[in-house]
Amino acid sequence: MNEVKTTAKTNFKWVGKRTRRPDGPDKVTGRARYGDDMVMSGMLYGKTLRSPHAHAKILSIDTSKAEALKGVKAVVTHKDIPDHPLLEPPYGPMIADLHDISRNVMAREKVLYDGHAVAAVAATSERIAKAAIKLIEVEYEILPHVLDPLAAAQPGAPILHEHQFTHGVDPKPEAPSNVFRVVSAERGDLEKGFADADIIVEREFRSEPVHQGYIEPQALIATASEDGAVEIWTTTQGHFVIRGLCARLMNMDMSSIRVTASEIGGGFGGKNNVYAEPVAIRLSQKTSRPVRMVMTRSEVFRGTGPASGTYSRIRMGAMRDGTIVAAEAEIYNQAGAFKGSPVGRSVDSFFSSYSIANAKATAYDVCVNRPKVAAYRAPGAPMATMAAELTINELAEKLDIDPVDLRMKNAVQDGGQSLNGAKYGRIGLTEVLETVKNHPHYSAPLAPNQGRGFALGYWMHGGGLSSVVANLLDDGTVAIATGNPDIGGSRSSMRVMAAEELGVDLELIKPIVADTGSMGYSHLTAGSRTTFATGMAVINSVREIIEKLRALAAKKWEIPVDDVAWEAGQAVTQRDGFEALTLKQLAGMATKMGGAIAGHSEINAGGAGAAFSAQIVDVEVDPETGFVSLKRYTVIQDAGRAISPDYVEGQMQGGAVQGIGWALNEEYIYDDKGCLQNLGFLDYRMPVASDVPMIDTVIVEVPNPNHPYGVRGVGEPPLVPAPGAVANAVENAIGKKMGSLPLSPPKILGTLELCR
Amino acid sequence: MSKYHVTTTINGDEVDFTCYADQTLLEVLREDLNMTGTKNGCGSGDCGACTVIVNGRPVNACLVLGAELDGANIETIEGMSTGTELHPLQQKFLDHAALQCGICTPGFLNMAKALLEKNPEPTETEVRYALAGNLCRCTGYDKIVRAVLDAAAEMRESTS
Amino acid sequence: MRYEAPETIEAAVALLAAAGKTARVFAGGTDLIIQIKEEMIEPGMLVDIKKIKETREVILDDDEIRIGASVTGAELGENKELKKLFPGVVEAVQLIGSDQVQGRATIGGNFCNASPAADSVPALIASGAKAVVAGPNGTRTAAVEDLLIKPGQLSLAPGELIISFCLSRPPKNTGDAYLRFIPRSEMDIAVVGAGVSVTLNPDGTCAAARVALGAVAPTARLVEQAPDILLGKELDERVLAELAAAASATCQPINDKRGTIKFRTSVAGVLACRAIKIAWERAEKN
Repeated sequence: MNEVKTTAKTNFKWVGKRTRRPDGPDKVTGRARYGDDMVMSGMLYGKTLRSPHAHAKILSIDTSKAEALKGVKAVVTHKDIPDHPLLEPPYGPMIADLHDISRNVMAREKVLYDGHAVAAVAATSERIAKAAIKLIEVEYEILPHVLDPLAAAQPGAPILHEHQFTHGVDPKPEAPSNVFRVVSAERGDLEKGFADADIIVEREFRSEPVHQGYIEPQALIATASEDGAVEIWTTTQGHFVIRGLCARLMNMDMSSIRVTASEIGGGFGGKNNVYAEPVAIRLSQKTSRPVRMVMTRSEVFRGTGPASGTYSRIRMGAMRDGTIVAAEAEIYNQAGAFKGSPVGRSVDSFFSSYSIANAKATAYDVCVNRPKVAAYRAPGAPMATMAAELTINELAEKLDIDPVDLRMKNAVQDGGQSLNGAKYGRIGLTEVLETVKNHPHYSAPLAPNQGRGFALGYWMHGGGLSSVVANLLDDGTVAIATGNPDIGGSRSSMRVMAAEELGVDLELIKPIVADTGSMGYSHLTAGSRTTFATGMAVINSVREIIEKLRALAAKKWEIPVDDVAWEAGQAVTQRDGFEALTLKQLAGMATKMGGAIAGHSEINAGGAGAAFSAQIVDVEVDPETGFVSLKRYTVIQDAGRAISPDYVEGQMQGGAVQGIGWALNEEYIYDDKGCLQNLGFLDYRMPVASDVPMIDTVIVEVPNPNHPYGVRGVGEPPLVPAPGAVANAVENAIGKKMGSLPLSPPKILGTLELCR
Repeated sequence: MSKYHVTTTINGDEVDFTCYADQTLLEVLREDLNMTGTKNGCGSGDCGACTVIVNGRPVNACLVLGAELDGANIETIEGMSTGTELHPLQQKFLDHAALQCGICTPGFLNMAKALLEKNPEPTETEVRYALAGNLCRCTGYDKIVRAVLDAAAEMRESTS
Repeated sequence: MRYEAPETIEAAVALLAAAGKTARVFAGGTDLIIQIKEEMIEPGMLVDIKKIKETREVILDDDEIRIGASVTGAELGENKELKKLFPGVVEAVQLIGSDQVQGRATIGGNFCNASPAADSVPALIASGAKAVVAGPNGTRTAAVEDLLIKPGQLSLAPGELIISFCLSRPPKNTGDAYLRFIPRSEMDIAVVGAGVSVTLNPDGTCAAARVALGAVAPTARLVEQAPDILLGKELDERVLAELAAAASATCQPINDKRGTIKFRTSVAGVLACRAIKIAWERAEKN
C-alpha cells in the first residue's frame, strides 16, 4: 500500500503526478551507457595490483618484468602520483586531505589495508594487463594490524600514521594515535538531568562496516592528449568533484580536465570519491592513449569505501511522566585507513529528533586497517540513531508509555534545534508521528515468535552548489542541462518542475546531464540535495526564460512588459485585441527578434531543512535456528512535496531494504591476518527479492517553505531508522536485548540458547 | 592460445565470433560484439545483471563459456522489444517506476521474461523466488515485483 | 587453455587420461568458471561432457533409476516422475543457486566440486546413491559417500569421470527429504544441510533409515546411529530428541565466514528432525 497524505495545494499540472521517466526506454532496452559501456579508439586496459597485507611497509617495488612484457605500455606506482602536504586545521565537517587521497589511490610509504592499490599497468588487452601485474615484485615488511575501532583507540595499538595526534582533546597529546579527532556537542547540565530522572536506561552497541552495494563496479576511461588536455568518462555521483580532485591531486589546471558522467549504476555515497581516476590519467599521460579501468567485484569490496563499523555507549534518563531529561552518548566510528569518518553527523544524529534539555554526544574518528570509509546514505546517522531509538523504546517499556506517545511528548518542534545547533524551520515530525499512531500496521496483531519494531530517523539535509542551463529551441522545446548525475530518476523530477513552471507538456522538456566543460559547478548528487537544490536552479532558469518571453511578447505587441503575463504556457495580456502567444510561437520569433533565448542559474541553495522518517516492521524469528523473516514493513516519511511520488516511494523502499541488510546479515569478515574473506555478493549477503515483503509507504507532505514547490530531501532519511527498527523487532520477537549488528542467525540463536 | 570459431543465433540473427577457451559469453557479448546491454555486476553468478536466455533457459552470461555455444540460440536485452514496440515487461517497468539506477534492469527483464514463459500466472512469492538471483540495491524490489505481476496479467489478457 | 567437447565416454576418458592433472571435467561450469576467473585454478584443458549422451539422460527403469551427471537442476525439477520417486534428491539439487544457476548447474558438477556444503550430496547419500565412474580401466560403481575424501577432492583415478548416479527404485512406503539452513531465503551456500530417507513397515514403524549431513564436517557424512535410534520406532518426541543429539554428535564443523561450530552443531540436530518429519510423511503416502 502506498499513499500520499498532503494538506497543501495540489492543483498542479505535473508536480505530484506519476509520469514516465525520460531516460526510461534507454534503460529497459540496454542502450543506456554506464561506466563500463564505452570504448575509445586505441584504448588500453588498466589493471591495479593490490596489497595482500593489512599493514606493511613497502620496501621496494620492481616493475621491470612487467614493463618488459609484450603489450604492456605503461606502469604506474606512487612515484607517478604527486605528493601533497597534510591538511592543516581547522578541519571542516568534510575532510578531503590530498595527502591522504594521494596515498589511498596509490600506497606510498605503507600499505594500510588488504586491497590497497600499490601499482597499476596499462596494456593492449585485459589478459596482458592481468599477467603484467603478477610480474610486479613488491617487497613488504609486515606490520601488526588493527581492525576494531575500540582496540585501535587504545594506547599501545598498532599505529597507522605516526604523524597523527588526536585533534580536539585537551591537553594536546604527546603520542601519535589512531584517533584523528574527537567531536562533541552538548547542551544543558547532564549531571542535573540524570539526577532529575526517575528511570535511566544504559545500552551498548556494536556494528560491522557495511558496503553501499551498488551493482555497477567503478569504471572509467581517461584520455590525455599531447597538449595536456584530459578527458574522463566515469561513473560518479559528481563529475565536477572528480574534476576538482584530479586537478588538485595531479597538479593540473582545472580547465584542462573535462569529465563526462556516464549513466551511474548505483552509488549511495560510494561514488563520491576518486579511486582509479588519477591513476588512469597518469597511465594515459604516459602513453597518449585512452586507458580504461574497471574494478572487479572483489576489488570493489577490498578497495572502496564502506560505511563505518561502530562501537557506541548511550545513557538516557526520563521522568515518570515521560519527559526525557538527560541523554549522553558516544560513538567510535571506524574511519578505515585514513581519517574522515562522519563524526559530526553521528553526534547530530543521536538526539536531534527530541528536545532534551540536557544532552551530550561525542564521536571518535578512528583509523583502522580497513578500506577508507566513504559516505553511505545519511553517513554517520543509522548507528547513532539505532542506539538512541532502542534506548528510547526501552524507556517506553519501563515507563509503560506507548513508544510513539513517548516520542510525541519529547518531539522537537518548529523552531527547535538539532544537537549541533542547526535551527529547524517548519518540520513535519508531529505529522509523521501522528500518521504512525493512526496507521493500521501499528496496532495490527502479531503471531507467535513475531515481534514489532519501531524507530524514528532524523536527517538534516544539505543544499549547496548547483548549476543549470536551459535553452529554448526554435520549435518551442526546451533543453535542460544540469550538472548532476541522475542516479535514481532526477531527470524526471527536473522535467516535471520545468514543465510545471512553463505550463507546458512534459514531452517538450528534454533534460540531460552535461559535462564539466558545459556549465557552472554542480556539487555531488548526494545529501538528498538534487531535487531540492538543482531543482531550484531548474526553476530559476525556466523563470529567466519566461521573463525573456514576456519581454519578447511585449516587444511584438508593442506594449509595456508589465502588461504581459505568463499563463498556462503562453504570454497573455489583459489589454484588448491581443491573442495569446504560445511558447512555440514565441520560440519561433526569438531568433529573428533579438536572438536565442536561454536561462541559467548558478546557486548555493540553503534551507534544505530536516526530514523525518518513521518505520514500523514486523519480523518472525525461528526459535530453533535464529532465522529472521520479514513479515511487514511500513515507511512513513515527510517528503515536503513529492515531485515524482513513484520515485519518492522508491527511495523510501530502497532505503528500508538497505537497512534490513545492515541489521540482519551484511558484514565484513576478516581473517586473523586482516584479509577480507567475503569479497563477493555470495557471502556479503545483501537482501534478495525473496527476503523482503512489499514495503508499504506513506508520503507525508509538509511543504518546505524554502523551496518553490516545498521539496525536502528524501533519499537519505529512509535508511536512518531502518537498522534500528529491524533490530528492535528482533529484540521484541525473542524477548531479549541484542546490541551487536548484524543480528545474524548464529548470534540470535546464541542469545536464545544462553537464556534457555 | 588459439581461438575457437563459434556460430550462434543472437536475437534471431546469425552471429559468429571467435573466442578463447576461457572467455565467457558475457565477455564475448560486451567486449567482442559490443552488445553492452548485458551488464557485468559481479562475474560470479551472484547478481544476475548479466542474465540472458540461452536455448530457452535463463542463465548468467558470466557463467557460460563462449566456446560451448556453437549452434546456440541466445536472447539478450537488445532483442527484447519488437521493432519499435517495447515488450510488455519493459512497458510495465516504466509504468511502475521499477528502476532507479537501471543497471540491474536488463537482467531482471530477461529473468522475468523467462519466468512468465514458464509460469504465466505467478504468485508474488513465486516472482520473488524467481528473481532472487537478481540483486537490486535501489528499489527494495517492491516496484519490480509489482511490474512483473502487472505485466503477467496484461500478457495473459492479450493471449486469451 | 583448450576446450574439448567429446561425444563419447571413451573419447572423454582418452582426453582426460592424456592430459593428466591439467585437465578438468566441465559440465555446468557454475563453480569451475569462477575458479578459473579468480585464478584459483589454471587448467590446461576443459573437457565438456555435455555432448555425451549417457551424462544427459534420466532413465527410469523398473528397478533402477539413472541420473546423468550433466543433467541440470532445472531439468531435474521438470522431471515429474523422478520428483515423485526422490523428491528430496530433486529438491536438494534445485536449492543450488538461483534459477539462472539452475539452468546450468549439474548434479554431477555439484558432487565433483567436492564442497562439504554441496546440497546434492547429503540427499544422494541418504537415498543410497551410487556413482557410475568411467575410466581408462572401464566402468565401476561406488557408493557416493565412498568417493568423498576431503574438501575439493574425490577418490577418482587419473582419467576417471562420473557418468551418472544410480538409485534403486524405492520400496513401498519410502520417502526422502533434504533441508538446509542459510541466513537468507535464497542464494547462500548451506551452513548446514540434512538429507533423510526412511522406509516404513506396514504398522507405521521405521523399517529403514539413512540420515546424512552436509557442511558440518570435511565431507558430507552419515549419522551412523540413526538406524539404531529409528528402526522399529514411531516418530515421537523422544526419538526425535535422540536423533537430534546423534546428528549434533556427528558434526565436526569449523568456524568460518558462513557459520560457527556451535551454530552448525545445534542446527544440524534441528534440521535432521525437520527433514525426517517431511520424509516420514512422504513415506506414509507412498
